[in-house]
Amino acid sequence: MLSDITIGQFFPGKSIVHRLDPRAKILLVIAFIILLFVVRNPVSFVLIGIFLAVIYIVAKIPARAIWRGVKPILPLILFTSILNLFFVDGEPLVKWWIFKITAEGISVAVLMAVRIVCLIIGSLLLTYTTSPIALTDAIERLLKPLKVIRFPVHEMAMMMTIALRFIPTLLEETDKIMSAQKARGADLETGSIIRRAKALIPILIPLFVSAFRRAEDLALAMECRCYRGGEGRTRMKQLHFSHLDGISAVATGVVFVAAVLLDVFLPKII
Amino acid sequence: MSDLIEFQHVSFSYHQSEEDAEPIPVLHEVNLSIKKGEFVAVLGHNGSGKSTLAKHINAILQPTEGVVYVDHIDTRDDELVFDIRQHVGMVFQNPDNQIVATIVEEDVAFALENLGVPPKEIRRRVDDALKDVGMFAYREHAPHQLSGGQKQRVAIAGIIAMNPDCIVLDEPTAMLDPKGRREVLNTIERLNKEYQTTVILITHFMDEAVRADRVVVVDEGRVLMDDVPKAVFVQVERLKEIGLDVPQVTELAYELRKAGVAFAPDVLTVEEFTEEFKRIMEA
Ligand SMILES: Nc1ncnc2c1ncn2[C@@H]1O[C@H](COP(=O)(O)OP(=O)(O)O)[C@@H](O)[C@H]1O
Ligand SMILES: [Mg+2]
Repeated sequence: MLSDITIGQFFPGKSIVHRLDPRAKILLVIAFIILLFVVRNPVSFVLIGIFLAVIYIVAKIPARAIWRGVKPILPLILFTSILNLFFVDGEPLVKWWIFKITAEGISVAVLMAVRIVCLIIGSLLLTYTTSPIALTDAIERLLKPLKVIRFPVHEMAMMMTIALRFIPTLLEETDKIMSAQKARGADLETGSIIRRAKALIPILIPLFVSAFRRAEDLALAMECRCYRGGEGRTRMKQLHFSHLDGISAVATGVVFVAAVLLDVFLPKII
Repeated sequence: MSDLIEFQHVSFSYHQSEEDAEPIPVLHEVNLSIKKGEFVAVLGHNGSGKSTLAKHINAILQPTEGVVYVDHIDTRDDELVFDIRQHVGMVFQNPDNQIVATIVEEDVAFALENLGVPPKEIRRRVDDALKDVGMFAYREHAPHQLSGGQKQRVAIAGIIAMNPDCIVLDEPTAMLDPKGRREVLNTIERLNKEYQTTVILITHFMDEAVRADRVVVVDEGRVLMDDVPKAVFVQVERLKEIGLDVPQVTELAYELRKAGVAFAPDVLTVEEFTEEFKRIMEA
């Protein structure tokens, strides 16, 4: 069934991590990404690793979720590591034809791989513990200052909300159309790629027609409910930074500063 | 009671986007007035102009000729469009295509958010509206987890949260199963009886129309009949002529009369029919 596809990768829960203000979470993730590119010391990375592990445990996210998130980018990690391995200058350890492997190369390759993995694991934490709606809301509020330069913040958030709202509906509809076409003898599973792509046309066309009709209906319904853009609009659910956010920010800050200090005072490897 | 909605000599044509295309006339000289607290059913075959008529009530469309007043406001006044839409809410046929938000309670809050109501007040009115339609327990569900009847009740909650004087429902039960239809109709009826909300129900189902205070029959953009249900449905032949049905028991009574039984012509419900049947058997 198509509709079994989970939307986003949200693991609903009630942990501290789940209850943090989504804006705080986004800002902390940004700080985390910067941190990753500042520190180069293995001990710092051990600290960061422990930090991530603790949060995952607190948030009760299963370990296989981490693996599922990292798996798709393994080729990318491999690729950058190989490039770094062979093309970083330094004293060659091994040399063969035009290829050489240097100690520096090995360290840079490992460092980059560890950074990317930490980056993925850290940012996944955001989508794992925050519902798409809360994320949309937080992005809208964080980007609000951009209204000054006429960036359509509200419109963007509205589009994201509507997309989230209609993904399940359209998936269900795709399922129905596929069954209907199969019942008429459409063959979607066999043949060459081109043949199968062609077989998709009788599914996509009705889907598009229906999506446009839905869009028209929805626009009318929104108009009837006094929608007139973001101007003068209030929200039922306000976001409030709580003590919890403050405490988490301080705790995270301590870990980050420790990671940087370790990096400054321990002997450099690279 | 004063008139809440007043159509005076309203005609309307759809203008095509192409310049030289002929406008399509849909409504002709419609006169109609609806009082506060009335429950009006609108009948008519497909394409007779029911939806077009409905869209005039909340200023989605403005008359080509004539005037529509909603609570004494002329719908052609562009400044007051949002006042009118607050007075007159509209519910459509397809429950999926009128729910905007990804959570039930957020959707019910949508209109109030647009109107700039303070957050605390929104919360209160959303909870009240959800309780009124019996969907409070589902406030945190996603719309796609609900049945058709439940979605339609959420859509109604989204409208009544605005505290409108009038709700226009354009074939709200056409896509529902019998259970969903019952839920929606009971909700509508309760709003009308308990809160004196004016209800305008466009429908294809005669058993729904029978429950209204008044039935308006539209044909080819004209108001053909406008009376209490009994007075409308006794005109079985005239209704059939314009492609409409009558309630099943009314039809049965009509056939019995044709066959020479002295059956009353104005039975609309099964209960009335059994009463009448008993009377005849005893006589
Ligand atoms: N947006 C439109 N543009 C042009 N013609 C329309 C439009 N909407 C409806 N019509 C025409 O107006 C007539 C009445 O339509 P409608 O009010 O939807 O009828 P009903 O709701 O009774 O089925 C139909 O002939 C239809 O083709
Ligand atoms: Mg219609």
